Amino acid sequence: MFGLAIVILLIITSIVVIIAIPYNEAIRLWRGGEGIWYQNPKTAPPAWTNWFTKEDKPSSYFLAEGDERVTKTVEEFTEGSGDITYVFTFEYDYDAFPSEMALYLESDYETKNPFADMYWIQPDGTEIRVASIGVDKSQTLYFSQDSKLQRRLGDVSPEVGLFIVPDSDPPQVIPGTYQLIVDGIRFEPDSDINAEFVIYGQVHGLAGTDHLRRDLSIALLWGIPIALIFGLVAALGTSILTMTIAAIGVWNGGWVDELIQRITEINMVLPFLSILVMIGTFYSKSLWVILGVTILLSIFGGGIKTYRANFMQIKESMYIEAAEAYGAKNSRIIFLYLIPRIIPLLIPGLVSSIPTYVFLEATLAVLGLGDPVLPTWGKIINDAQQAGALYNGMYYWILEPAVLLMITGLAFAMLGFSLDRIFNPRLRGL
Amino acid sequence: MTTESKTIQTVAGAKRKAWVGTLSRVAKYTALRSVTMLITVVIGIYLTILIANMGGYVDEIMRGQIREQVAMTLRNQEEYKQLSQEAKDARFQREVMDEEQRLGLNQPFIVRSFRFLWDGLTLNLGTALRMTSDTGSRQVRLIILERLGPTLLLMGTSQLLLFFTSVYLALILSRKYGSFFDRAVITLSPTSSAPSWFYGIFLILIFAALLRILPFGGMIGAPPPENSWEYTLDVLKHIILPASALFVSLIFISIYNWRTFFLIFSSEDYVEMAKAKGLSDREIERRYVLRPTLPTIITSFALMLISLWTGAIVTETVFNWPGLGRTLFSAVGQYDTPVIVGLTIIYAYLLAITVFLLDFIYALVDPRVKVGGRQKKA
Repeated sequence: MFGLAIVILLIITSIVVIIAIPYNEAIRLWRGGEGIWYQNPKTAPPAWTNWFTKEDKPSSYFLAEGDERVTKTVEEFTEGSGDITYVFTFEYDYDAFPSEMALYLESDYETKNPFADMYWIQPDGTEIRVASIGVDKSQTLYFSQDSKLQRRLGDVSPEVGLFIVPDSDPPQVIPGTYQLIVDGIRFEPDSDINAEFVIYGQVHGLAGTDHLRRDLSIALLWGIPIALIFGLVAALGTSILTMTIAAIGVWNGGWVDELIQRITEINMVLPFLSILVMIGTFYSKSLWVILGVTILLSIFGGGIKTYRANFMQIKESMYIEAAEAYGAKNSRIIFLYLIPRIIPLLIPGLVSSIPTYVFLEATLAVLGLGDPVLPTWGKIINDAQQAGALYNGMYYWILEPAVLLMITGLAFAMLGFSLDRIFNPRLRGL
Repeated sequence: MTTESKTIQTVAGAKRKAWVGTLSRVAKYTALRSVTMLITVVIGIYLTILIANMGGYVDEIMRGQIREQVAMTLRNQEEYKQLSQEAKDARFQREVMDEEQRLGLNQPFIVRSFRFLWDGLTLNLGTALRMTSDTGSRQVRLIILERLGPTLLLMGTSQLLLFFTSVYLALILSRKYGSFFDRAVITLSPTSSAPSWFYGIFLILIFAALLRILPFGGMIGAPPPENSWEYTLDVLKHIILPASALFVSLIFISIYNWRTFFLIFSSEDYVEMAKAKGLSDREIERRYVLRPTLPTIITSFALMLISLWTGAIVTETVFNWPGLGRTLFSAVGQYDTPVIVGLTIIYAYLLAITVFLLDFIYALVDPRVKVGGRQKKA
């Protein structure tokens, strides 16, 4: 019953996820580009990986106005000009260097743009001039791309050079309180500067981020309801339709039965996955279209033969004969007498087939045919594959969705297995 | 026509009469079965052609691509640049028409679909629209033949290993049922709900990325070794991971299925009887367990052989294995209908032939099955 516990846990989580992050919000976050995720580092593993490594890797810092670590002072000069100073103060005592630093600057002006000088102050008081620029309406200063600063630091990349103990090898970080000072001068009375400072860490959050700086936890969490719905609907639709068709065929016999058998044989000739791939490529990658086609192709699958054999046996039962004798309609016999008898066989099979469909969705996504809008586990694996995650050592990126897939698949498979033993006690001895 | 009652009378004459009767019945049955099989294959292939074209949707894509391509080539031609606007348009239209004619787009799809069908049925697989074999040929036959080798190598290794290992282990387990290993296999059997590429990713992670002892993918290192002995070794090194992925993903469920199957048969009375007679385990297995299960073993063996043909689309893609599965995937990506249809046709034919042959093999190995003998409903 371990399987049941996990299944219940997954269902509860997915309900919570759907309520906490509504569908549209999830899509907006997942489809949103740099605009939403600019505060996150690229391809950063989750923060808990620090527990397993010797060195403590930094998380990201986001410093903006309103934060107590940021002070903004405005000084009036004559003739409308003035001085705007931002001081970003933060503690940095990690063992590793940040992956990147960026200063997001915005300014308001009519004709003459403000000017800013930037200084970096290390814990021991050493002052390093970072840059001096005229501030545009909106502008981003990536420290690692500042070649002048790099030269001033003795040809060390700035995100390292600004933190390093001079001449240390291997490079060491000076721990302590750092300050970035943005000293702006405005030339118009209403002119203003807004500055946000981001230090991108090497780890991020619970799940890490992907190549588009997106937080993977969104897709991992939303993957749960999507996987469950896809698996459940496909399994339910397939087995119920298959069963009904088998029952109708057996009960009516004759050409109906013959036709169903022939269709099953034709369907056997068609290569299932390649047809799905074709539909995905040519027609639509929408999860719901794929779901429909999956059900359509699976109805006349091998399962129909099993059901048929069972119905054949049941058909000869005395109670069916009795029903016929008192003049029950065909539909009544099929739906109220034949089908209910097969339900013990149906339920375990249904539950055990859920993982197949959950993995089918992932399979299609890995082939690049995942739903273009929805965040799913398969999509994450596909993104990771394309970025060469395994080759480049970004294991978390593939492992997280893979482990979730495995847990979900195993839970349903185990549940189906135990249900089979409960419903079909004949098997219990074996 | 109740043959059972007749064979019970062990009179030689009756037996001979039944033999002649069987023969004519077999002939009639063969004819009927071939016709139904053929119709099945024809419909199956036609459906594939229809799906591969998506109701003219693919034609539109191809027309668009042709126009773009023609525009690109013309733009680079000096003489074209000097023509007047009308002459340019006329030239463009003509080139587009030529290209459409070459690809057969000027005919309505219905006509073309039947041409595809006829060509397919006669195994005239035609030329690919875009894909080429490594030797540069556009013949679909050559493309398929070229990729068949790697697929058969990979699938053959893994599936044969899987089949024989699982049947062998299942036989042992069915004798020792309830033991620790038996329980372990039952517990592990749900792991087979994950597809092989899934295990492939884990295997790549462990053996290629972390331990760095096996390659990430492909079939041969670059550059390929000159010496044929080293070449074989290199291919062997590349095949380990994809083959194990295919093997691991199915091994537990197949051992479990076979074991349950053998258990059902070994609880029959005649097996108990044989045990009581004091026959050896090996003898009992061979004569009383394997014999009645032979038809099922043969069926699953045959179906496994067909599955070799399609290859494993995703596993081959994940491992960059140059087989048919990956060819099918890239054919779909390039809208190359002849290649898709060609692969499906051969698959359909193989499947049909196998199903057809199985009927006869059944009759050969299982005396209870009589070919064409319709059992009357009780």
